[in-house]
Amino acid sequence: MRAIFRLPPGLACMAGMQHALVESGLDQDLGLGWRRVASWRITRGVGLAYALQQLINGVTLGMIYGLIAVGYTMVYGIIGMINFAHGDVFMIGAFLSLIALSGLASLGITAVPLALAITLVFAAALAALYGWTIERVAYRPLRGSFRLAPLISAIGMSITLQNFAQVTQGARVKPLAPLVPGGLVLTRAGGFAVQLSWMQITIAVTTVLCLAVFTWLVTKTPLGRAMRACEQDLKMAGLLGIDTDRTIGLTFVIGTALAAVAGLLFLLYYGAIDFYIGFIAGVKAFTAAVLGGIGSLPGAVLGGLLIGLIETFWSAYFSVQYKDVAAFSLLAVTLVFLPTGLLGRTDVEKV
Amino acid sequence: MSQRAPLLDAFLSALVALGLFAPMVGLETTVGVHGIVLVPRPLAVAALVGAVFVLRLAVRLWQARRPPAPAGAGAVRIGRAWAGMGRFLVPVLLAAALLMPWVASRATIDLGVLLLTYVMLGWGLNIVVGLAGLLDLGYVAFYAVGAYAYALIAENTGLGFWSCLPAAGALAALWGITLGFPVLRLRGDYLAIVTLAFGEIIRIVLLNWVSLTGGPNGIAGIPRPTLFGLRFTMTDDPGTFAGFFHLVPSPVQRQMFLYYIILALALLTNWVTLRLRRQPLGRVWEALREDEIACRSLGINITTTKLTAFAVGACFGGFAGAFFATRQGFISPESFTFMESATVLAIVVLGGMGSQLGVVLATLIMIGAPEMFRALADYRMLIFGLALVVMMVLRPRGLVTERKPSVTLGRGAAAIPAALIAEGHG
Repeated sequence: MRAIFRLPPGLACMAGMQHALVESGLDQDLGLGWRRVASWRITRGVGLAYALQQLINGVTLGMIYGLIAVGYTMVYGIIGMINFAHGDVFMIGAFLSLIALSGLASLGITAVPLALAITLVFAAALAALYGWTIERVAYRPLRGSFRLAPLISAIGMSITLQNFAQVTQGARVKPLAPLVPGGLVLTRAGGFAVQLSWMQITIAVTTVLCLAVFTWLVTKTPLGRAMRACEQDLKMAGLLGIDTDRTIGLTFVIGTALAAVAGLLFLLYYGAIDFYIGFIAGVKAFTAAVLGGIGSLPGAVLGGLLIGLIETFWSAYFSVQYKDVAAFSLLAVTLVFLPTGLLGRTDVEKV
Repeated sequence: MSQRAPLLDAFLSALVALGLFAPMVGLETTVGVHGIVLVPRPLAVAALVGAVFVLRLAVRLWQARRPPAPAGAGAVRIGRAWAGMGRFLVPVLLAAALLMPWVASRATIDLGVLLLTYVMLGWGLNIVVGLAGLLDLGYVAFYAVGAYAYALIAENTGLGFWSCLPAAGALAALWGITLGFPVLRLRGDYLAIVTLAFGEIIRIVLLNWVSLTGGPNGIAGIPRPTLFGLRFTMTDDPGTFAGFFHLVPSPVQRQMFLYYIILALALLTNWVTLRLRRQPLGRVWEALREDEIACRSLGINITTTKLTAFAVGACFGGFAGAFFATRQGFISPESFTFMESATVLAIVVLGGMGSQLGVVLATLIMIGAPEMFRALADYRMLIFGLALVVMMVLRPRGLVTERKPSVTLGRGAAAIPAALIAEGHG
């Protein structure tokens, strides 16, 4: 375990103290005490291993949320609207992935890396087409209009997509057999094995790769420069010759492609999807975007990771039922003290 | 817009439609014995793509035939027409609402009760969103608090509907203030997401606090309302409505009674809102919506203003919730999902923010129309979503866009056209 994860100093110190306590306890009472201390020692080991396992699971979930949150935060940064349909594009992406994987399997392409790569490109491309169409049909006509109009339009789009998937693909939960089974056992403690599954590694690698490409796109390319210019001042960017409609369209394309990747990863990780996953994941990812500071790209990933960790740890140590309450309460508390999120910029109020 | 020829444009649209629909519609995933099996549906895809092609072509040809009107002119014209009609429409609608139960069938009265519930919710949310300009995506939470407050008080103390109604409203208002306090500093979309989260928290707690709320099974056997102690049961002893007035017991009597309760509650909401708009509090709400900074510089207490808006809006939501509980006789967390909040918000925005008449018209369209199309089953909500998008694109400022000034010097001040109304950013 230590080879891979170095404990933070505080935690290591606490572990050491506990260890010392165990030793002294052993000296004091033998007999019955021995068994108690032994079980304590095992519990402590299992406790740490259990926490480590939760950390791994939480980061995996957080990466999926982070990928979705990036799309929310980008759209919000540029046109200042909550794209409620984003979570449903994530759901469509998961369905497209399922269709692609099933299609490839029936065509006889079973090499997992190849199938995953093809599915990734297929789902991302078609979900991007969905994103572009949604922007073109439901949001572009409302640009510069009354502030709540695009929001309601987005809610309408979200209802449409959800029911579209339900009508065309059925309301039943769709299962998928695990494609990448097995994993690495990092450490064992008292019969509890901390496992880092190949699936989790796949998710981490895919997420990091996608975010790397995305970061390069935003920071180094002319398109990224145009996007950042639009984010700072849409009208001024337009005056300086940037095709703002095209830039906004491409923002939706990139955001929804990332959401589709998240959809694929969700499908692989949980092995079951239905038409309703988009709403819940969408709300969580939006919470993540707001928590990180909406409009901030690193903030979205950070917020996603935090929400994933909170959910996982809360489910592991307190109650599964109230995990969403924990995430939402944390959001409310954070916003009370940091009204623009963790990494958000403070709005300058102009009179 | 684009300079492409209509035919090419329609072809490109069809191509996009092919990309959208080919996998999602064309390949249905069905759960087989050995995992997922794909069932191809080429005809459905062809039909959809063809429909997109024809529709796009028709729209383009229609646009080419007709020179584009100056932006907003149509909206202003229709807005004027509505405002002019408002003078006649309000008494007509009111008379229709009062007389409807005497001539309509049971199913229609039921629909009327549903419509009036949403009208009341719309008017309640209109105080928060339309007047004070605070975007609330979790209004259903107060509806739920009111419903559960009534159900739990009635079950545990044996009190009736009328005694519990104020308590339900007060509890909802209390929750409104509780939500209001932490979010006072938040604006715009931050406020929206926190209110959404609050609505979800309430629903999750109701779902999981099984010992109090019964969890997913909900609460059944909620007492029905009485008329001055007269029950509406199907017997004719002197304690019942039918027995007291020597009538033949009939379920229609109870339905009409429920109908008039919700009508009275909705009209109360409307009356209070209209009165408040003329008073300092209501004027401050509207000022807050228009410009928060100006409000603060004029020494207006933002905290109390926002909290009262939340509290008053929540209170009416609570009343509506208590009515919902007594009407259904059974409540469960399923009735209080985000969809309800979204629907009520859509009613307010589609009606034209701040317009009381607009809420009624939007409810008739948004709730009435889908009820008519129950036969469409699964496609109903799909069409509902699409209709929402189309209506917003066609009338982004809602049905009633003009606004009468709240306070005027003299009589007959002109309505303010939509283009001059600020939208607020709170």
